[in-house]
Amino acid sequence: MLIPTASQTVGPFFAVGLTRPELADLTHAGKAKGEAIVIEGQVRDGEGAPVPDAMLEIWQANAAGKYAHPEDRQEKPADANFVGFGRVFTDRQGRYRFVTIRPGAVPGCGNALQAPHIAMTVFARGLLKHLVTRIYFADLAAANEADPVLSAIDDPAARQTLLAKPVNSTPSAYRFDVVLQGEGETAFFDV
Amino acid sequence: MVDVTGYRREKPGNHPPNDYPGYSSTAKRAPKRLPIRLEHTLTETTGPTFAGGWEGPNQADLTRAGRGEPIGERIIVAGRVLDEDGRPVPGTLVELWQANAAGRYLHDGDQHDAPLDPNFPGKGHVVTDAEGGYRFLTIKAGAYPWRNSYNAWRPQHLHFSVFGPAFATRLVTQMYFPGDPLLPLDPIFNSTADTEARRRLISTYDPELSQAEYALGYRFDIVLRGRGATPMET
Repeated sequence: MLIPTASQTVGPFFAVGLTRPELADLTHAGKAKGEAIVIEGQVRDGEGAPVPDAMLEIWQANAAGKYAHPEDRQEKPADANFVGFGRVFTDRQGRYRFVTIRPGAVPGCGNALQAPHIAMTVFARGLLKHLVTRIYFADLAAANEADPVLSAIDDPAARQTLLAKPVNSTPSAYRFDVVLQGEGETAFFDV
Repeated sequence: MVDVTGYRREKPGNHPPNDYPGYSSTAKRAPKRLPIRLEHTLTETTGPTFAGGWEGPNQADLTRAGRGEPIGERIIVAGRVLDEDGRPVPGTLVELWQANAAGRYLHDGDQHDAPLDPNFPGKGHVVTDAEGGYRFLTIKAGAYPWRNSYNAWRPQHLHFSVFGPAFATRLVTQMYFPGDPLLPLDPIFNSTADTEARRRLISTYDPELSQAEYALGYRFDIVLRGRGATPMET
Protein backbone atom coordinates (compact mmCIF):
# COMPACT_ATOMS: atom_id res chain seq x y z
CA MET A 1 0.00 0.00 0.00
CA LEU A 2 1.26 3.45 -0.90
CA ILE A 3 0.86 6.39 1.45
CA PRO A 4 -1.50 8.96 -0.05
CA THR A 5 -0.09 12.36 -0.94
CA ALA A 6 -0.93 14.80 1.84
CA SER A 7 -3.07 17.84 1.26
CA GLN A 8 -1.38 21.23 1.43
CA THR A 9 -3.07 24.61 1.47
CA VAL A 10 -4.12 26.15 -1.83
CA GLY A 11 -2.47 29.34 -0.52
CA PRO A 12 -3.33 32.92 -1.47
CA PHE A 13 -2.22 32.83 -5.12
CA PHE A 14 -4.28 30.00 -6.63
CA ALA A 15 -5.82 32.35 -9.18
CA VAL A 16 -2.50 32.13 -11.04
CA GLY A 17 -3.28 28.59 -12.14
CA LEU A 18 -6.88 27.76 -11.33
CA THR A 19 -8.79 30.64 -12.96
CA ARG A 20 -11.55 29.29 -15.20
CA PRO A 21 -14.33 31.85 -15.39
CA GLU A 22 -16.47 29.60 -17.57
CA LEU A 23 -16.90 27.25 -14.60
CA ALA A 24 -19.18 29.76 -12.82
CA ASP A 25 -21.95 28.80 -15.26
CA LEU A 26 -22.72 25.09 -15.22
CA THR A 27 -25.62 25.43 -17.65
CA HIS A 28 -23.31 25.54 -20.68
CA ALA A 29 -24.76 28.94 -21.64
CA GLY A 30 -28.31 27.78 -21.03
CA LYS A 31 -28.10 24.60 -23.10
CA ALA A 32 -28.33 22.19 -20.18
CA LYS A 33 -31.72 20.63 -19.52
CA GLY A 34 -33.67 21.65 -16.45
CA GLU A 35 -34.47 24.71 -14.39
CA ALA A 36 -31.65 27.24 -14.19
CA ILE A 37 -30.95 28.40 -10.65
CA VAL A 38 -28.44 30.68 -8.98
CA ILE A 39 -26.50 29.69 -5.88
CA GLU A 40 -24.91 32.68 -4.21
CA GLY A 41 -23.57 33.65 -0.84
CA GLN A 42 -20.67 34.81 1.22
CA VAL A 43 -17.76 33.04 2.90
CA ARG A 44 -16.90 34.34 6.37
CA ASP A 45 -14.21 33.55 8.94
CA GLY A 46 -14.37 33.05 12.70
CA GLU A 47 -14.69 36.80 13.31
CA GLY A 48 -17.49 37.19 10.80
CA ALA A 49 -15.12 38.86 8.34
CA PRO A 50 -15.52 38.12 4.64
CA VAL A 51 -13.01 35.67 3.18
CA PRO A 52 -11.90 37.31 -0.06
CA ASP A 53 -9.52 34.55 -1.13
CA ALA A 54 -11.53 31.34 -1.11
CA MET A 55 -12.11 28.96 -3.99
CA LEU A 56 -15.38 27.06 -4.06
CA GLU A 57 -16.04 24.02 -6.21
CA ILE A 58 -19.37 22.28 -6.65
CA TRP A 59 -20.36 18.88 -7.99
CA GLN A 60 -23.89 17.79 -8.72
CA ALA A 61 -26.25 15.57 -10.66
CA ASN A 62 -28.16 16.78 -13.70
CA ALA A 63 -31.85 17.68 -13.70
CA ALA A 64 -32.79 14.01 -13.93
CA GLY A 65 -30.67 13.06 -10.93
CA LYS A 66 -27.80 11.45 -12.84
CA TYR A 67 -24.11 12.23 -12.52
CA ALA A 68 -22.02 12.68 -15.66
CA HIS A 69 -19.68 9.91 -14.59
CA PRO A 70 -19.22 6.30 -15.78
CA GLU A 71 -20.00 4.88 -12.33
CA ASP A 72 -23.49 6.35 -12.30
CA ARG A 73 -25.30 3.45 -13.98
CA GLN A 74 -28.81 4.59 -13.12
CA GLU A 75 -31.28 4.31 -15.95
CA LYS A 76 -31.86 8.02 -16.18
CA PRO A 77 -31.19 10.38 -19.08
CA ALA A 78 -27.68 11.83 -19.39
CA ASP A 79 -27.27 15.43 -20.54
CA ALA A 80 -24.38 16.08 -22.92
CA ASN A 81 -24.54 19.77 -22.03
CA PHE A 82 -24.12 19.27 -18.32
CA VAL A 83 -20.78 18.36 -16.73
CA GLY A 84 -21.99 19.16 -13.22
CA PHE A 85 -18.76 20.72 -12.03
CA GLY A 86 -18.29 24.36 -11.10
CA ARG A 87 -15.55 26.54 -9.65
CA VAL A 88 -15.58 30.16 -8.51
CA PHE A 89 -13.44 32.45 -6.36
CA THR A 90 -14.87 34.77 -3.73
CA ASP A 91 -14.61 38.51 -4.40
CA ARG A 92 -13.34 41.23 -2.03
CA GLN A 93 -16.55 41.00 -0.03
CA GLY A 94 -16.23 37.24 0.23
CA ARG A 95 -19.16 36.75 -2.14
CA TYR A 96 -19.59 34.11 -4.79
CA ARG A 97 -22.17 33.13 -7.39
CA PHE A 98 -22.85 30.03 -9.48
CA VAL A 99 -25.46 29.60 -12.19
CA THR A 100 -26.51 25.99 -12.47
CA ILE A 101 -29.41 23.58 -12.91
CA ARG A 102 -31.65 22.41 -10.13
CA PRO A 103 -30.31 18.90 -9.45
CA GLY A 104 -32.56 15.85 -9.45
CA ALA A 105 -32.57 13.44 -6.52
CA VAL A 106 -29.97 10.66 -6.39
CA PRO A 107 -29.96 7.49 -4.29
CA GLY A 108 -28.01 7.33 -1.05
CA CYS A 109 -27.03 4.69 1.48
CA GLY A 110 -29.51 1.98 2.34
CA ASN A 111 -31.35 2.49 -0.93
CA ALA A 112 -33.02 5.66 0.40
CA LEU A 113 -33.44 8.54 -1.98
CA GLN A 114 -31.37 11.55 -1.00
CA ALA A 115 -32.88 15.00 -1.13
CA PRO A 116 -31.61 17.06 -4.07
CA HIS A 117 -28.26 18.51 -3.10
CA ILE A 118 -25.01 19.93 -4.40
CA ALA A 119 -21.64 18.90 -2.98
CA MET A 120 -19.32 21.81 -2.22
CA THR A 121 -15.59 21.99 -1.57
CA VAL A 122 -13.96 25.00 0.10
CA PHE A 123 -10.30 25.87 -0.44
CA ALA A 124 -8.50 28.88 1.05
CA ARG A 125 -5.31 30.19 2.51
CA GLY A 126 -5.38 28.99 6.11
CA LEU A 127 -7.07 25.70 5.21
CA LEU A 128 -4.46 22.97 5.08
CA LYS A 129 -7.06 20.57 3.72
CA HIS A 130 -10.17 21.51 1.80
CA LEU A 131 -13.51 21.48 3.57
CA VAL A 132 -16.51 19.57 2.24
CA THR A 133 -20.13 20.53 2.75
CA ARG A 134 -23.47 20.04 1.01
CA ILE A 135 -26.03 22.50 -0.25
CA TYR A 136 -29.66 21.43 0.25
CA PHE A 137 -32.69 23.47 -0.75
CA ALA A 138 -34.67 24.91 2.16
CA ASP A 139 -37.92 24.91 0.17
CA LEU A 140 -37.81 21.12 -0.32
CA ALA A 141 -38.84 20.49 3.27
CA ALA A 142 -40.38 17.04 2.78
CA ALA A 143 -37.40 15.71 0.83
CA ASN A 144 -34.99 17.19 3.36
CA GLU A 145 -36.94 15.63 6.21
CA ALA A 146 -36.47 12.19 4.64
CA ASP A 147 -32.83 12.70 3.66
CA PRO A 148 -30.53 10.17 5.35
CA VAL A 149 -27.57 12.54 5.64
CA LEU A 150 -29.51 15.52 6.97
CA SER A 151 -31.58 13.50 9.39
CA ALA A 152 -28.44 11.90 10.85
CA ILE A 153 -27.27 15.32 12.04
CA ASP A 154 -28.47 15.68 15.63
CA ASP A 155 -27.93 19.40 16.08
CA PRO A 156 -30.76 21.31 14.35
CA ALA A 157 -28.61 24.45 14.11
CA ALA A 158 -25.90 22.51 12.25
CA ARG A 159 -28.54 21.02 9.96
CA GLN A 160 -29.87 24.49 9.26
CA THR A 161 -26.47 25.63 7.94
CA LEU A 162 -26.81 23.19 5.04
CA LEU A 163 -30.05 24.70 3.75
CA ALA A 164 -29.81 27.23 0.93
CA LYS A 165 -32.55 29.82 1.40
CA PRO A 166 -34.68 30.89 -1.58
CA VAL A 167 -34.24 34.50 -2.66
CA ASN A 168 -37.00 36.23 -4.63
CA SER A 169 -35.58 36.59 -8.10
CA THR A 170 -35.64 35.22 -11.62
CA PRO A 171 -34.14 32.75 -12.26
CA SER A 172 -34.69 31.17 -8.86
CA ALA A 173 -31.81 32.06 -6.60
CA TYR A 174 -30.68 30.51 -3.34
CA ARG A 175 -28.46 32.00 -0.71
CA PHE A 176 -25.89 29.71 0.87
CA ASP A 177 -23.31 31.30 3.15
CA VAL A 178 -20.26 29.39 4.31
CA VAL A 179 -19.06 30.15 7.84
CA LEU A 180 -15.66 28.60 8.37
CA GLN A 181 -15.57 28.93 12.13
CA GLY A 182 -17.45 29.97 15.24
CA GLU A 183 -21.04 31.18 15.55
CA GLY A 184 -23.16 29.69 12.79
CA GLU A 185 -20.27 27.49 11.66
CA THR A 186 -21.24 25.53 8.58
CA ALA A 187 -21.54 21.80 9.06
CA PHE A 188 -18.60 20.20 7.27
CA PHE A 189 -18.29 16.55 6.38
CA ASP A 190 -15.54 14.03 6.78
CA VAL A 191 -15.65 12.26 3.45
CA MET B 1 -30.64 0.01 -6.66
CA VAL B 2 -27.10 1.27 -7.01
CA ASP B 3 -23.95 -0.42 -5.79
CA VAL B 4 -21.44 2.05 -4.47
CA THR B 5 -17.88 1.19 -3.46
CA GLY B 6 -16.65 3.90 -1.15
CA TYR B 7 -13.10 5.19 -0.83
CA ARG B 8 -10.79 4.31 2.04
CA ARG B 9 -10.77 6.53 5.08
CA GLU B 10 -7.65 8.54 5.68
CA LYS B 11 -5.17 7.45 8.32
CA PRO B 12 -4.29 9.76 11.20
CA GLY B 13 -1.26 11.93 10.46
CA ASN B 14 -1.45 11.48 6.71
CA HIS B 15 -3.22 14.74 6.03
CA PRO B 16 -2.65 17.90 8.06
CA PRO B 17 -5.24 19.01 10.59
CA ASN B 18 -6.89 22.31 9.74
CA ASP B 19 -6.34 23.59 13.26
CA TYR B 20 -2.56 23.99 13.20
CA PRO B 21 -1.23 26.93 15.27
CA GLY B 22 2.16 26.94 13.52
CA TYR B 23 0.40 28.26 10.43
CA SER B 24 -1.13 31.50 11.67
CA SER B 25 -3.77 31.84 8.94
CA THR B 26 -5.53 28.77 10.35
CA ALA B 27 -6.49 30.68 13.53
CA LYS B 28 -9.67 32.30 12.19
CA ARG B 29 -10.38 29.87 9.39
CA ALA B 30 -10.14 26.34 10.77
CA PRO B 31 -13.54 24.99 11.81
CA LYS B 32 -13.92 24.38 15.57
CA ARG B 33 -16.38 21.52 15.26
CA LEU B 34 -15.42 18.05 14.19
CA PRO B 35 -16.52 17.17 10.67
CA ILE B 36 -19.51 14.84 10.38
CA ARG B 37 -18.61 11.47 8.98
CA LEU B 38 -20.36 10.89 5.67
CA GLU B 39 -20.77 7.43 4.22
CA HIS B 40 -19.97 7.62 0.55
CA THR B 41 -22.87 7.78 -1.86
CA LEU B 42 -22.93 8.32 -5.61
CA THR B 43 -22.28 12.00 -4.88
CA GLU B 44 -18.86 11.18 -3.42
CA THR B 45 -17.88 8.27 -5.70
CA THR B 46 -18.48 10.26 -8.87
CA GLY B 47 -16.73 13.46 -9.91
CA PRO B 48 -15.88 15.54 -12.93
CA THR B 49 -14.44 13.68 -15.91
CA PHE B 50 -12.33 15.14 -18.66
CA ALA B 51 -13.26 12.99 -21.62
CA GLY B 52 -15.35 15.83 -23.06
CA GLY B 53 -12.37 18.15 -23.17
CA TRP B 54 -13.89 21.09 -21.27
CA GLU B 55 -10.56 21.72 -19.61
CA GLY B 56 -8.96 22.65 -22.94
CA PRO B 57 -5.78 21.41 -24.61
CA ASN B 58 -2.83 20.46 -22.41
CA GLN B 59 -0.45 23.23 -21.40
CA ALA B 60 2.52 21.18 -20.34
CA ASP B 61 5.27 23.63 -21.27
CA LEU B 62 5.32 26.60 -18.91
CA THR B 63 8.45 27.99 -20.55
CA ARG B 64 6.70 28.88 -23.82
CA ALA B 65 3.97 31.14 -22.50
CA GLY B 66 5.72 34.43 -23.27
CA ARG B 67 7.58 35.95 -26.17
CA GLY B 68 10.93 34.83 -24.89
CA GLU B 69 12.49 32.37 -22.50
CA PRO B 70 11.77 32.82 -18.81
CA ILE B 71 14.69 33.38 -16.45
CA GLY B 72 15.59 30.47 -14.17
CA GLU B 73 16.64 26.90 -13.92
CA ARG B 74 14.68 24.77 -16.42
CA ILE B 75 13.17 21.66 -14.86
CA ILE B 76 11.12 18.73 -16.06
CA VAL B 77 8.58 17.61 -13.48
CA ALA B 78 7.01 14.28 -14.25
CA GLY B 79 5.39 11.41 -12.47
CA ARG B 80 2.30 9.32 -12.22
CA VAL B 81 -1.01 9.77 -10.50
CA LEU B 82 -1.70 6.51 -8.66
CA ASP B 83 -4.08 5.23 -6.04
CA GLU B 84 -3.02 3.64 -2.74
CA ASP B 85 -2.88 0.23 -4.41
CA GLY B 86 -0.48 1.53 -7.03
CA ARG B 87 -3.07 1.52 -9.79
CA PRO B 88 -2.69 4.33 -12.33
CA VAL B 89 -5.30 7.08 -12.46
CA PRO B 90 -5.64 7.85 -16.18
CA GLY B 91 -7.56 10.73 -17.73
CA THR B 92 -7.54 13.03 -14.74
CA LEU B 93 -6.78 16.75 -14.68
CA VAL B 94 -3.53 17.93 -13.08
CA GLU B 95 -3.21 21.71 -12.67
CA LEU B 96 0.06 23.40 -11.74
CA TRP B 97 0.84 26.94 -10.58
CA GLN B 98 3.93 28.48 -9.07
CA ALA B 99 6.15 31.48 -8.40
CA ASN B 100 8.82 32.47 -10.89
CA ALA B 101 12.55 31.89 -10.37
CA ALA B 102 12.77 35.01 -8.20
CA GLY B 103 10.02 33.79 -5.87
CA ARG B 104 7.25 36.05 -7.18
CA TYR B 105 3.76 35.09 -8.35
CA LEU B 106 1.96 36.84 -11.16
CA HIS B 107 -0.77 37.93 -8.74
CA ASP B 108 -1.87 41.34 -7.44
CA GLY B 109 -1.72 40.11 -3.88
CA ASP B 110 1.95 39.17 -4.10
CA GLN B 111 3.88 42.19 -2.83
CA HIS B 112 7.25 40.47 -2.47
CA ASP B 113 9.99 42.82 -3.65
CA ALA B 114 11.29 40.51 -6.36
CA PRO B 115 11.00 40.93 -10.12
CA LEU B 116 8.14 39.63 -12.21
CA ASP B 117 9.14 37.76 -15.33
CA PRO B 118 7.10 38.81 -18.38
CA ASN B 119 7.86 35.43 -19.91
CA PHE B 120 6.58 33.37 -17.03
CA PRO B 121 2.88 33.40 -16.04
CA GLY B 122 3.51 30.25 -13.98
CA LYS B 123 0.57 28.01 -14.84
CA GLY B 124 -0.10 24.81 -16.73
CA HIS B 125 -2.37 21.80 -16.84
CA VAL B 126 -2.40 18.33 -18.35
CA VAL B 127 -4.68 15.31 -18.36
CA THR B 128 -2.91 12.13 -17.28
CA ASP B 129 -2.23 9.48 -19.92
CA ALA B 130 -3.31 5.83 -19.87
CA GLU B 131 -0.60 5.00 -17.30
CA GLY B 132 -1.56 7.92 -15.09
CA GLY B 133 1.52 9.80 -16.30
CA TYR B 134 2.00 13.55 -16.54
CA ARG B 135 4.94 15.74 -17.50
CA PHE B 136 5.60 19.47 -17.26
CA LEU B 137 8.51 21.57 -18.46
CA THR B 138 8.90 24.59 -16.22
CA ILE B 139 11.27 26.75 -14.17
CA LYS B 140 12.36 26.02 -10.61
CA ALA B 141 10.26 28.30 -8.41
CA GLY B 142 12.20 30.56 -6.05
CA ALA B 143 11.79 30.64 -2.28
CA TYR B 144 9.91 33.67 -0.97
CA PRO B 145 9.23 35.38 2.35
CA TRP B 146 5.82 35.30 4.01
CA ARG B 147 4.44 36.91 7.12
CA ASN B 148 3.60 33.81 9.10
CA SER B 149 6.37 34.73 11.57
CA TYR B 150 9.42 36.98 11.59
CA ASN B 151 11.80 36.22 8.71
CA ALA B 152 9.80 33.20 7.56
CA TRP B 153 10.48 31.85 4.07
CA ARG B 154 8.53 29.29 2.09
CA PRO B 155 10.67 26.50 0.67
CA GLN B 156 10.78 26.27 -3.11
CA HIS B 157 7.57 24.59 -4.20
CA LEU B 158 5.07 23.99 -6.98
CA HIS B 159 1.31 23.91 -6.34
CA PHE B 160 -0.65 20.94 -7.70
CA SER B 161 -4.39 20.43 -8.07
CA VAL B 162 -5.56 16.90 -8.90
CA PHE B 163 -9.07 15.51 -9.28
CA GLY B 164 -8.83 11.73 -9.48
CA PRO B 165 -11.83 9.57 -10.32
CA ALA B 166 -14.28 10.95 -7.75
CA PHE B 167 -15.36 13.91 -5.65
CA ALA B 168 -13.82 12.02 -2.73
CA THR B 169 -10.36 11.92 -4.31
CA ARG B 170 -9.95 15.68 -4.83
CA LEU B 171 -6.51 16.84 -3.76
CA VAL B 172 -4.63 20.13 -3.67
CA THR B 173 -1.02 19.82 -2.58
CA GLN B 174 2.46 21.23 -2.95
CA MET B 175 5.61 19.63 -4.35
CA TYR B 176 8.95 20.39 -2.72
CA PHE B 177 12.56 19.85 -3.78
CA PRO B 178 15.07 17.49 -2.17
CA GLY B 179 17.62 18.99 0.18
CA ASP B 180 15.84 22.31 0.67
CA PRO B 181 17.15 23.78 3.96
CA LEU B 182 13.84 25.57 4.51
CA LEU B 183 11.81 22.36 4.75
CA PRO B 184 12.47 21.64 8.45
CA LEU B 185 11.38 25.21 9.25
CA ASP B 186 8.21 25.32 7.16
CA PRO B 187 4.94 24.93 9.09
CA ILE B 188 2.90 24.09 6.01
CA PHE B 189 5.19 21.19 5.06
CA ASN B 190 5.45 20.08 8.70
CA SER B 191 1.69 20.23 9.31
CA THR B 192 1.63 16.64 8.09
CA ALA B 193 2.56 14.61 11.17
CA ASP B 194 3.61 11.40 9.45
CA THR B 195 7.28 11.34 8.36
CA GLU B 196 6.62 9.09 5.37
CA ALA B 197 3.72 11.25 4.26
CA ARG B 198 5.97 14.33 4.42
CA ARG B 199 8.60 12.51 2.39
CA ARG B 200 6.03 11.90 -0.33
CA LEU B 201 5.68 15.67 -0.78
CA ILE B 202 9.35 15.95 -1.76
CA SER B 203 10.20 15.23 -5.37
CA THR B 204 13.27 13.16 -6.19
CA TYR B 205 16.02 14.18 -8.55
CA ASP B 206 15.95 11.74 -11.46
CA PRO B 207 18.95 11.78 -13.80
CA GLU B 208 17.01 9.60 -16.24
CA LEU B 209 14.41 12.32 -16.51
CA SER B 210 16.92 15.13 -16.96
CA GLN B 211 17.50 16.23 -20.51
CA ALA B 212 21.17 16.66 -21.39
CA GLU B 213 22.29 20.26 -21.93
CA TYR B 214 18.73 21.43 -21.26
CA ALA B 215 16.77 20.70 -18.08
CA LEU B 216 16.97 18.92 -14.72
CA GLY B 217 14.43 16.19 -14.03
CA TYR B 218 12.39 15.82 -10.84
CA ARG B 219 10.02 12.94 -10.30
CA PHE B 220 6.86 13.47 -8.29
CA ASP B 221 4.26 10.73 -8.03
CA ILE B 222 0.89 11.75 -6.64
CA VAL B 223 -1.00 9.09 -4.67
CA LEU B 224 -4.75 9.46 -4.24
CA ARG B 225 -6.86 7.48 -1.79
CA GLY B 226 -7.80 3.98 -2.87
CA ARG B 227 -11.05 2.13 -3.15
CA GLY B 228 -12.57 0.35 -0.17
CA ALA B 229 -12.82 -3.43 -0.42
CA THR B 230 -16.52 -4.04 -0.03
CA PRO B 231 -19.20 -2.53 -2.20
CA MET B 232 -21.97 -0.99 -0.17
CA GLU B 233 -25.44 -1.49 -1.47
CA THR B 234 -27.23 1.82 -1.66
